[in-house]
Amino acid sequence: MPHILLRHRDIPDIKNIEVYKQNGGFESLKKAVTTLQPKQVVEEVKASGLRGRGGAGFPTGVKWSFLPDNLWPHYVVCNADESEPGTFKDREIMTYNPYQFLEGVAIACYAVGATEGYIYLRGEFYPIAEQLDACLAEMEKQGYLGDKLFGTETSIRLKTHLGAGAYICGEETALLESIEGKRGQPRLRPPFPAVVGLYGKPTVINNVETLTNLPYIIEHGAAGFRQNGTEKSPGVKIFSLSGNVANPGNYELPLGTTFRELIFTHGGGIPNGRKLRAIMPAGASSSIIRVDDAVFDKVMDTPMDYENVQSVGSMLGSASVILIDDTHTMDWVINKTIHFFKHESCGKCTPCRDGNYWMLHLTERIHAGQASAQDVKLLDSVAAQVYGKCLCALGDFSTMAVRTAIERFPEDFEKVKA
Amino acid sequence: MAKLINLTINGTPVTVPAGTLVVDAAKKIGIDIPVFCYHPKMEPVGMCRQCLVEIGRPMVDRATGQPVLNEDGSPKLQFMPKLETACTNPVSEGMAVFTETAKAKSGQKEILELLLTSHPLDCPVCDKGGECPLQNLTMEHAADESRFIFDEKHRAEKHVPLGDLIFLDRERCIQCARCIRFQDIIAGEPVLGFYQRGRNTDIVTYGEPGFDSIFSGNTSDICPVGALTTADFRFGARPWELKQAASVCSQCPVGCNVTFNVRREAKAGGGYVIKRVMPRQNEQVNEIWMCDKGRFAGYQYTEAESRLMATPAGLDAAVGQAVAKLVESQSETVFLASGRLANEDLFTLKQLAAALHAKTYLYTQHGGGEFTTAYGLTSGADLGALGKGDTVLVAASDLYNEAPLWHLRLKAAAQRGATLIVAAARATKLDEFASFVVRYAYGDEVATIQALPAKDKIGEAIKNANNLMIFYGSDGLGLAGTTALAQSCAELFSISPVSQLTGSPVSQSASFPVEQLTGKPEDRTTEQPEDRTTEQPENRTTRKSNTGLIGVWSTPNQQGALEMGFRPAENLAAELAGKTVYVIAADPAGDDPALAEALKAAKTVIAQDILTTKTVKLADVVLPAAAFTEREGTYTNGERRVQRFYPAVPTRPGTKADFALLAEVAKGCGIALEGRSPLLVMNRLSTAEPAFSGVSYETLSQPAEQWPLIGRSDLYYGGTSYENKLGLGVTLALQPKADRQSSTVSGLRPKENEFLAVPVTKLYDLGATVAPAKLLSAHIERSAVAALHPVTVEKLGLGAGDQLSVEINGAQFTFRAALDASISTGVVLIPRSMGLAISAPALVKLHAAEKA
Amino acid sequence: MSIAEKYTDEIQAIFAKYPVKRSAVMPLLYLAQRAEGYITKGAMAEIADLLELDVTEVAAIVGFYSMYHDEAAGKYRMQVCTDLSCALRGADAFLENLCQNLGVKVGETTPDGLVTVEAVMCLAGCDKAPMFQLQQGDQVSYHENMTVDKTMELVEALRKSSKQVDE
Ligand SMILES: Cc1cc2nc3c(=O)[nH]c(=O)nc-3n(C[C@H](O)[C@H](O)[C@H](O)COP(=O)(O)O)c2cc1C
Ligand code: SF4
Ligand code: FES
Repeated sequence: MPHILLRHRDIPDIKNIEVYKQNGGFESLKKAVTTLQPKQVVEEVKASGLRGRGGAGFPTGVKWSFLPDNLWPHYVVCNADESEPGTFKDREIMTYNPYQFLEGVAIACYAVGATEGYIYLRGEFYPIAEQLDACLAEMEKQGYLGDKLFGTETSIRLKTHLGAGAYICGEETALLESIEGKRGQPRLRPPFPAVVGLYGKPTVINNVETLTNLPYIIEHGAAGFRQNGTEKSPGVKIFSLSGNVANPGNYELPLGTTFRELIFTHGGGIPNGRKLRAIMPAGASSSIIRVDDAVFDKVMDTPMDYENVQSVGSMLGSASVILIDDTHTMDWVINKTIHFFKHESCGKCTPCRDGNYWMLHLTERIHAGQASAQDVKLLDSVAAQVYGKCLCALGDFSTMAVRTAIERFPEDFEKVKA
Repeated sequence: MAKLINLTINGTPVTVPAGTLVVDAAKKIGIDIPVFCYHPKMEPVGMCRQCLVEIGRPMVDRATGQPVLNEDGSPKLQFMPKLETACTNPVSEGMAVFTETAKAKSGQKEILELLLTSHPLDCPVCDKGGECPLQNLTMEHAADESRFIFDEKHRAEKHVPLGDLIFLDRERCIQCARCIRFQDIIAGEPVLGFYQRGRNTDIVTYGEPGFDSIFSGNTSDICPVGALTTADFRFGARPWELKQAASVCSQCPVGCNVTFNVRREAKAGGGYVIKRVMPRQNEQVNEIWMCDKGRFAGYQYTEAESRLMATPAGLDAAVGQAVAKLVESQSETVFLASGRLANEDLFTLKQLAAALHAKTYLYTQHGGGEFTTAYGLTSGADLGALGKGDTVLVAASDLYNEAPLWHLRLKAAAQRGATLIVAAARATKLDEFASFVVRYAYGDEVATIQALPAKDKIGEAIKNANNLMIFYGSDGLGLAGTTALAQSCAELFSISPVSQLTGSPVSQSASFPVEQLTGKPEDRTTEQPEDRTTEQPENRTTRKSNTGLIGVWSTPNQQGALEMGFRPAENLAAELAGKTVYVIAADPAGDDPALAEALKAAKTVIAQDILTTKTVKLADVVLPAAAFTEREGTYTNGERRVQRFYPAVPTRPGTKADFALLAEVAKGCGIALEGRSPLLVMNRLSTAEPAFSGVSYETLSQPAEQWPLIGRSDLYYGGTSYENKLGLGVTLALQPKADRQSSTVSGLRPKENEFLAVPVTKLYDLGATVAPAKLLSAHIERSAVAALHPVTVEKLGLGAGDQLSVEINGAQFTFRAALDASISTGVVLIPRSMGLAISAPALVKLHAAEKA
Repeated sequence: MSIAEKYTDEIQAIFAKYPVKRSAVMPLLYLAQRAEGYITKGAMAEIADLLELDVTEVAAIVGFYSMYHDEAAGKYRMQVCTDLSCALRGADAFLENLCQNLGVKVGETTPDGLVTVEAVMCLAGCDKAPMFQLQQGDQVSYHENMTVDKTMELVEALRKSSKQVDE
């Protein structure tokens, strides 16, 4: 099956605007702008059932329809912060298939009446931002961005904005603060960005992958999009596969593809003859799935979509599937994840700021074998204490691996001090 | 009036206006939900997560829109899966809040425990100990034993000076950002920030020099832990040893309500000593804030080494000498008094002078006060109620330096939507918040104000103002200039429709601008408890309460003096020659060599003061007076609000309150005046002076509920600012309209090699009430600059910071040169009370000072 | 030379991007870092002036984001990802070996001032571990599927090219 999002794998030069055009590039944008009303675009995307690929899986068309009609201007902001450990899909899209992505952003702008869109890239994506700037200039030159698009009254301009090393800026309100030139700390919600967003104006925020689906949806219609995936999770998804796997990388597969197919058919299985011990399907924020012999087949046959991954005690999130083999123990894993979250906690709210600080001390001691059984209990209780009390989801994220590791891998926490 | 919402909190019903936050609604019925980041004066941010509660909202059937009911017919409640923050959720109809359930309590305890992992719990040595919300909560809720390993506790620097006034203990900071938000949102000086992130977050300032804000002390009040402490109080005393004395700040015409904290100390022979000044809530005057001058110089001058004292016998002898002089000179006496005196002192003085048929003059360079008695603010005035539709004009005043709290409140008014017009000859800090900035050349003040109505947008804003409030100052002006300016400002009221609404002339009220009381509730203003104008039958017509003219005086009670008819002399020096001059609370000799000469030419000088001034030094008779911290009295602030102050410490031996001294002198002259207590003086004063009718110590000290509740006495919810238990004061009735005066002031025109020197006011100067504040010496030093246009500085061959010599009437004086690109090249700004006698624009010569 | 003088055109382009001046603070900080390798207090003050902010507001941004540096370090910052996915593929060992070869500890700079080695969080290069990014001023480049040998070659090349530039 040809790729929908990772089309460069089929057409290597698609990052060249002429090649992109030869392969139907900008036709969807033109179709939307010249033949569809913005509302119709929103309706089409709603009908497609496209769900946000940034992690939460919220229906994209529905999100767009929250923007009030009486408050202007509207903004579209693309979340290209991609900082969840284990996620590296947006980077591939933007590097190798930039025009399809940018066409998608432009379609979103048209749909919600935004004349201005910002693409927020993590600071580390400096070279990608340079390339996107060049692409944007090219698009303006060729009339795919700017004023009077395709001879209509529509104006759309896109700009890149570089972050500077802060995972929290992937959280949508922190991201907006960051564009506004402030510390990237989450805002209180409500009000939601759809009403009070960038510069206080109604704003749509979508992930890179989400937006890259749009040209396809406009071209093939909602029904065409639904050819892939499941009823509730339609379309294809890029699975970022990493960790202890033979062929790590991005795999574009229909939502609902099983773990088995991803890991063994595409990923080539676990190298060095080791056994798969645990899966983190949503990066460092995952609840850890235990893959024992007893449940191996059940887990492997679980379709990876927003609903079914929950049935094995985790979440699909951004589909950053990290595999952990039997040479690793979970005390080490959560020491890594907490190290990350402690480093990335923005510090705005108490439970996340102080909880991660505390949890890091505990996981370090536990991993160093210097903790008592009491400390393991304490760690679990601190994680429980943080959960559900934070200002944004990062705080909750930080507790997922900890709590499931202790619950599901008790043997990894027994090498404690006498 | 906002719609009222009914809800229950822990089962208790409460009704509050829509928009009220759950946490405030709870406070209203005495339920304390612990908070750290929430402050009732700032928008909620919900970041500390301490205020977690359970909130149930009535379920609504999506299909029918009807409430879903329980079997017993009560509305079914819907709860969020997670606890919610009481500080960020506004109330809604039928809401049921639970703050005491096991879930809510454990949520609060858990947050507290997390906070304590990075807090040293050093309460026994902490300045905040005893008035600390974190300490209170810890005592109440924290587990006896820490689950956290002590060695792993967050360690950070202690005693970090953020500037010379505020110290930071990084370990104690709980990252609530109250201080940062205060500086940014309320003070408008975003000089504090967070550095780093996560657990490494630190409060920092990158400003030079240090924490550079004149409102910095307030951050210490609202810091919910002992992280921010003031240089004057840290390690000074424990809060629980302190007694409180309500007072009013004497540093400027705002009249911030304050509380002096005192305790007995051995070094004072077991007597009471003032340990610190704290703001006291008065929503109409200073809300819960005060400026750093009030805090760090507020009482220090009353303890200066130069305080005048005598033995009781010495005092009696001095009174006797004064009496002898007065009996001899009778109507050949001139009394000279300043707005540093309390109303009771001024009234006693007025009576004494009247009985002697002597002249009295108000010692000030700020004229035009007669207009403020007629066009001033009336009862119900509240800068906090200014908003959309209202217009505020600030003319020739740098409020930031002259009356900081007014600056703060007008900034807020502008942010609420009031049209703020700032007309000044130079850039001021208020410009940033102004809707219109009008820049003129020094000397063009009157013409500029007169031209405002003709300007399109500004004219509209004045003509169509719902309320028109005008502040006029003395920036660059002397007596004549300010008088002319006051008149031109007063005339603006006649073009505003507020004036068209003139009702029938009212005996005590100004005849304009007035408005028939429509009965239409004017939002907050009708809620004022002391709205006397509506009570008095003869005042059935009243003006819009937020309309009026306000003088930005340099003393706390100039308005009171004006209301009693005190006026400045047009040519003071000429009035003194050959007379017996009785100077009270003023230092003409120190201010101006010409006046010193005039005093020397007087027949006799009697000086009554608290400090040894130049005038005191050349006086024939000296009467040591008690400071305002040592006695009772009242001040009338620039908004015409009379406020009481109470004694904080005992009167020093050999001194007496000014009114008592005057009464004694009077007695010696055979004139019976009330000298026993200020209360009795006020009883007479309010009978004799029409403006003061209805004012009594009882009405002045009537407490009233204020919103927001600050909650000093329990959880220090809004910080350690004191609750107001002693009254919000009373606004005076208006005086008859002032006579128009001619308003021609001839502007000085510099000739070749000459510059126009104009006096400007600095917050921190060398005035008698500021200079003794040791903590402020660096700030005073920084203020001692003469500002010039950069081009002028260059022409003089100077750079910023170089010594500049100013030659005036043959005398030389040096200042450091500072740059001000907003003034014209021919002008030099000379700070008042910084050593160079300049009370009005003057022509000077400038050159680089010779290097010492 | 001030940032405003040095990058006049770029600053104009940055301002044109946003409806609100303050939004330019991050791009301007990158320019400052390009100019000096790190962000000096003077640069913060200049940016504050350009944007009509208080210098503390600018500093607060510098402090928040990990790619801004307020202290000088090596000409290049070699930032090795040791986060979970990379660590599962040997990033920790790679970093240790690399440090041994360079004769520095994590966080330290080679004696010639060329390279500062740092351990950082996930860089979105998880499938090509071991990997690191090289940060120089505002510029970043990724180096993936690395070995210690390949890295040492890269360091040599950097050393040569910076010598040439210096001479
Ligand atoms: C701590 C945190 C980090 C996040 N990081 C990212 C990210 O790097 N990229 C992303 O697209 N969404 C991220 N999200 C999710 C966004 O907040 C937001 O839901 C998403 O961008 C919406 O786009 P979508 O609807 O297209 O998925 C993050 C959320 C949180 C709480
Ligand atoms: S949960 Fe963490 S990242 Fe989110 S606001 Fe709180 S401190 Fe910041
Ligand atoms: S979150 Fe409510 S007081 Fe801090």
